[in-house]
Amino acid sequence: MTRHISLKSAITEALDQEMARDPKLLIFGQDTAGGVDAGGETDTWGGVLGVTRGLYTRHGDRVIDAPPTEMAYVGAAVGAALSGFPVVAEVPFIDFMGVCFDQLLSQAAKMRYMFGGTAEIPLVVRTMVGAGINGAAQHSQMLTAMFTHIPGLKVVCPSTPHDAKGLMIEAIRDRGPVIFCEPKYLYETTGPVAEAPYAIPFGQAHLAREGRDVSIVTYGPMVPRALEAATRLAETGIETEVIDLRTLSPLDIATVLKSVQKTGRLVAADEAHPRCNMATDIVARVTGQCFTSLKSAPQMVSAPHTPVPFSPVLEKAYIPGAEQIMAAVTRTMS
Amino acid sequence: MNHTGKTDISHDTLLSAYRRMKTIRAFENRLHEDFKAGIVPGFTHLYAGQEAVAVGICSHLTDQDQIASTHRGHGHCIAKGVDVMAMMKEIHGRQGGICKGKGGSMHIADLSKGMLGANGILGAGAPLACGAALADKLEGKGHVAVVFGGDGGVNEGAVLESMNLASVWKLPLMFVVENNGYAQSTPQHRTTSVSSYEDRARGFGMPAVTVDGLDFFAVYRAAGELIARMRAGGGPVLLECRTVRFYGHFEGDTQRYRPAGDVKNAWEERDCLRRFARTSGLSPAELEAVDRDVEQLVDASVQEALKAPHPALNELHDGVYVSY
Repeated sequence: MTRHISLKSAITEALDQEMARDPKLLIFGQDTAGGVDAGGETDTWGGVLGVTRGLYTRHGDRVIDAPPTEMAYVGAAVGAALSGFPVVAEVPFIDFMGVCFDQLLSQAAKMRYMFGGTAEIPLVVRTMVGAGINGAAQHSQMLTAMFTHIPGLKVVCPSTPHDAKGLMIEAIRDRGPVIFCEPKYLYETTGPVAEAPYAIPFGQAHLAREGRDVSIVTYGPMVPRALEAATRLAETGIETEVIDLRTLSPLDIATVLKSVQKTGRLVAADEAHPRCNMATDIVARVTGQCFTSLKSAPQMVSAPHTPVPFSPVLEKAYIPGAEQIMAAVTRTMS
Repeated sequence: MNHTGKTDISHDTLLSAYRRMKTIRAFENRLHEDFKAGIVPGFTHLYAGQEAVAVGICSHLTDQDQIASTHRGHGHCIAKGVDVMAMMKEIHGRQGGICKGKGGSMHIADLSKGMLGANGILGAGAPLACGAALADKLEGKGHVAVVFGGDGGVNEGAVLESMNLASVWKLPLMFVVENNGYAQSTPQHRTTSVSSYEDRARGFGMPAVTVDGLDFFAVYRAAGELIARMRAGGGPVLLECRTVRFYGHFEGDTQRYRPAGDVKNAWEERDCLRRFARTSGLSPAELEAVDRDVEQLVDASVQEALKAPHPALNELHDGVYVSY
């Protein structure tokens, strides 16, 4: 059965179904069980925006509140995963990764390689990314590219409820560490989601819209902005193709190349800062691998090279939107 | 805690402990020479002098008990039963190394032996050991975890956070502070706000014991009691072992920062192995037989390591899930 549910609920459903499937799966993070033993109602929070609410009631002590010490509990998640207990750990905002970065950068990401291929680390680190809720500089960053840079980590960032559920289930079943980036701006976006569990394989981009003139390659919170741009451009007779990467590592470059070979034009968009992000990566790869298919210079759309401002007016100016994508498409057509 | 006498320890346990301590010493002494001779790549941190700590503790552990180690990890590996031949090959970066030559001295791990890895990042083993201990607790079979750290490294936030986490979650995890007096070149009183790490443990509601880390029997008995307490569900503990580092922080460290005569005094007067030999009750013939075996083993490990082929170049890309 397929219902329309929110992206946030789709993640909750994936966690719930996987907890039921695997009796060793653990979930922990700050307020994950949320309010247990506090004297009032039980299971009131479920993480800072409520993604894990209800899981403690259904799965008990495998849903564990951790102290607000990211280094210790993310490291404990790595250690428990290494010891045969798959873990979904929550770092509320990707901005907080600075506190526990070593455990992902130099421990989880390195173990399989530096231990000669013997280590399995069935770990998912859930974290919220992106601007748009007036979270200011320390609760709004889009640091996906930083994790994509690191060998030994997989990086996921869904844009739809359907993908969020299928990619989360795939992430939990994966035997290596996965950084699962949740665009909080899209948490309440609804869409069709099958009730039965399903997994979406990593490394398969989604063709969100077909078009003949320009390829827009993006992911996460930029996907609905790209689709809006595509709709408005269609009214002017420009047909754009929108590719949602879904997983940043592994990367489905084949789908991107195929699209650019068809359209001859590329716009790569990322809500991250402009240097060394997914857009620069895509443009570099496309120009290196199908330069002769290009009819014009590829264009990039990114946020400015500044922290995310608090002022709602400045934040709106900061976030790259449909207007910037449309302008970039127009540049490729001129 | 005052421990004397040895009548409660079996002859086999004593022989096995001596063999492991002596293996560590011979392994490290050989690496010291071979590093000086320029035949060992990279850099290495030697455990010589601290043998009674690793062996005194690991003598109580099985392969199902897990340890997390440090940059000075060879001793922990040998004490936990990791294969010496494969370790030497690893340190030489060769095929047949315990990590296929891709880890090296600072990343030796053998998950089948419950050895979760030496670690190039100070304090980083503590959170990992929390996770191992959480797995032990959930499995409910009485297994425990041990994390080793130095007097400098245990000041890392990762360790302090882990002490809190282990206490809050009541994990079967022992924090071992190997206090050899120096964080690289910096003396302990300049890195640590308390003179006894028992004070640290108290701040986290954790029982703690301090022992003479040069006395195998003191370490063995204290660790035995603490580990038994953990196996029975008593939660985390801390064991500070006051010990001595024979060699420099890394090979090539001239240790001029140590007081005149300190290193010589350590070798001559503060040698845990000599003290063990004097007090263990094992006969000179038994000790000499172990010494001969161990020298042969270490020598053979170097010969084998130098003969072993280098890793195949296509192994460069293995083990990262995704290649580009």
